[in-house]
Amino acid sequence: MEAVAEKIRETAAKLLSEGKVDCVIGYAQGSVPMRDYPYFAYTPEEAQNLTWSPFCCNNLANFLIRRPKGEIGKVAITAQGCVSRSIVGLIKENQIAREDVYILGVPSPGMVDRRKVAERFPLKTITEVTVDGEDLIVKGADFEERIPQKEVRRDNCYTCVQRNPVICDEMMAEEGPADWGGDIDKVAAPWEKLEPAQRWEAFVGEIDSCIRCYACRDACPLCYCHVCFVDESMPQWCGKTQDEADVATFHILRAFHCAGRCTDCGACESACPQGIKVRRFTSKIEKDIRELYDYTPGMDLEATPPLSVYRPNDPQEFIK
Amino acid sequence: MADKILAKDKLGEFLGKLQADYELHAPQEIEGKAQWAPLAQAEDALWEFSNTHMSPKEYFFPQTECMMRFVNQQDGEDGMVMHAEPELEGKRLLLNIRPCDAKAFSVLDMIFVQDEMTNDLYWKDKRDKTTLVGLACSDPCPTCFCTSMNCGPASTTGLDALLFDLGDKLLVRALTEKGEAVAEGLDEAGEAEAAAAEEQTKAAEAKITSEVGMDQVNARSVMELYEAGMWDRVYESCLNCGTCTYACPTCHCFDIQDETQGGEGRRVRNWDNCMSWLFTMHGTGHNPRGTKKDRVRQRFMHKFKYIPVKRGGEIGCVGCGRCVLLCPVNIDVRRVVNDMNA
Repeated sequence: MEAVAEKIRETAAKLLSEGKVDCVIGYAQGSVPMRDYPYFAYTPEEAQNLTWSPFCCNNLANFLIRRPKGEIGKVAITAQGCVSRSIVGLIKENQIAREDVYILGVPSPGMVDRRKVAERFPLKTITEVTVDGEDLIVKGADFEERIPQKEVRRDNCYTCVQRNPVICDEMMAEEGPADWGGDIDKVAAPWEKLEPAQRWEAFVGEIDSCIRCYACRDACPLCYCHVCFVDESMPQWCGKTQDEADVATFHILRAFHCAGRCTDCGACESACPQGIKVRRFTSKIEKDIRELYDYTPGMDLEATPPLSVYRPNDPQEFIK
Repeated sequence: MADKILAKDKLGEFLGKLQADYELHAPQEIEGKAQWAPLAQAEDALWEFSNTHMSPKEYFFPQTECMMRFVNQQDGEDGMVMHAEPELEGKRLLLNIRPCDAKAFSVLDMIFVQDEMTNDLYWKDKRDKTTLVGLACSDPCPTCFCTSMNCGPASTTGLDALLFDLGDKLLVRALTEKGEAVAEGLDEAGEAEAAAAEEQTKAAEAKITSEVGMDQVNARSVMELYEAGMWDRVYESCLNCGTCTYACPTCHCFDIQDETQGGEGRRVRNWDNCMSWLFTMHGTGHNPRGTKKDRVRQRFMHKFKYIPVKRGGEIGCVGCGRCVLLCPVNIDVRRVVNDMNA
């Protein structure tokens, strides 16, 4: 990990000093344990603040969009498999141009879910978490424990199908093995065992604690609409209250908008202050897209996204 | 009123008596986190926790609150008829609220309760009928910075009574008439117990290592701070989600909506936040806080400059650290204010 971080710093400093990019988007060490944060380095000196760790849980592709045009010029960005797939998606959806992004590819063994670590110490305050090889050393005022990272990774990092970047300009470490991944269909599996009424029950149970901060939406590189449907006001499309109907409307529509686009990066779940398993809402829709269209988002710059194409031989009558 | 003492093994009896007069709520362990909930039995109350996951502001300022209902009878004699919502029934008691959260309510009182003409009836009704029994902090978190924010681990502002956990007993310090009513009938504390509480407070204060400077923020003009270069960096990673504001015990912005169906409807107020572009969008299409930078700056300027200027030096932050822990991109308020102060 430290070797990757060093390589990122070195490469970023070089790109910035040679003027090849105007900014490098990576991570810097956070002020609280297990929360490294998106960092923008504009100078070779600032590049020294860049890091790479198991605590890099945002999707940096998010910062390539939602910016006034011309605010930052050409950027370099650190990207593991899922983030590189998001970049592919953004290129295909005409949100960014390939030539404007210099991708520093990182193979990712997976990120740590800070909630899974915290759950091991209920009501205790974790003051420091350090990485020691494959383990974490977790410290508090009256405890110190060693936890294997593989026990506390984010859910999406267990089912990840693409740990190596799909596109990149320069690798920051050697690529991992090709068969290095999990079973993405496992995410949707629990839904498939349930009857519709049970699904609804499970769904409303999961969103019960939602505070509608929209961190899930705002952390997601798919959600780049200039005006999100929940923010439409003339006319207003979605109620603003905490009533189940309003909260459910947000989550259902958000999930549908991700269909055939989600790379399962887990940024939504990592951002949620309430620990809602947001990914699960999109999982069954994503599985349907994989099965019906034989399409996995963000894997290939040339493939056509299934929901943005019409074929005359479409089997369904209503579309003709 | 002199300090009182309550043995922990008498707690069940004590709370049982309170239950006759009050609806009791307290932090409890729910899904591994300290969270506010109605207190069914004394054993469920937490005594060792840093602070609750979310602030208890929901008790006075619910995320969704119906303000009134209306029936439109345009064809009838009465026209539009408006019905007030029922007030809070009975009295409520929040047990073991942290001093920082109680302090936050006293800051919000300055905003919601200013004079009879403009008082926020919804806030005031619940505040008037609620007794706040605090629990002094003995073990602050690394993210706590209350001592920099006119507050502290045993701050009494906003509280009716303050408890100090002395192991097998509690020192009960009544601070208001409401607090005296709670402490009534308890034995008086001895000098040694009061000294132990004092000692505990000093030890807790010493454990707070986060320091946030406000001297330069106070000295500088609004415009100097507003135009500071630092804002160009602070906002970069901000997602403009509402996590910080909804977790914050002093954030209090809202949006009012009329929801109608057929001839009936309700007026409902919902939490809103300055991170949202829609919050300030004008009907004309103009947005005075049109950029992410504008919105991020607003949140910090409001808490650390506008409120102090308007409210006699009071700060719109109590240093609870919730936003530090929950921000998805680790925008650390301590770092931001120290940058404003630099």
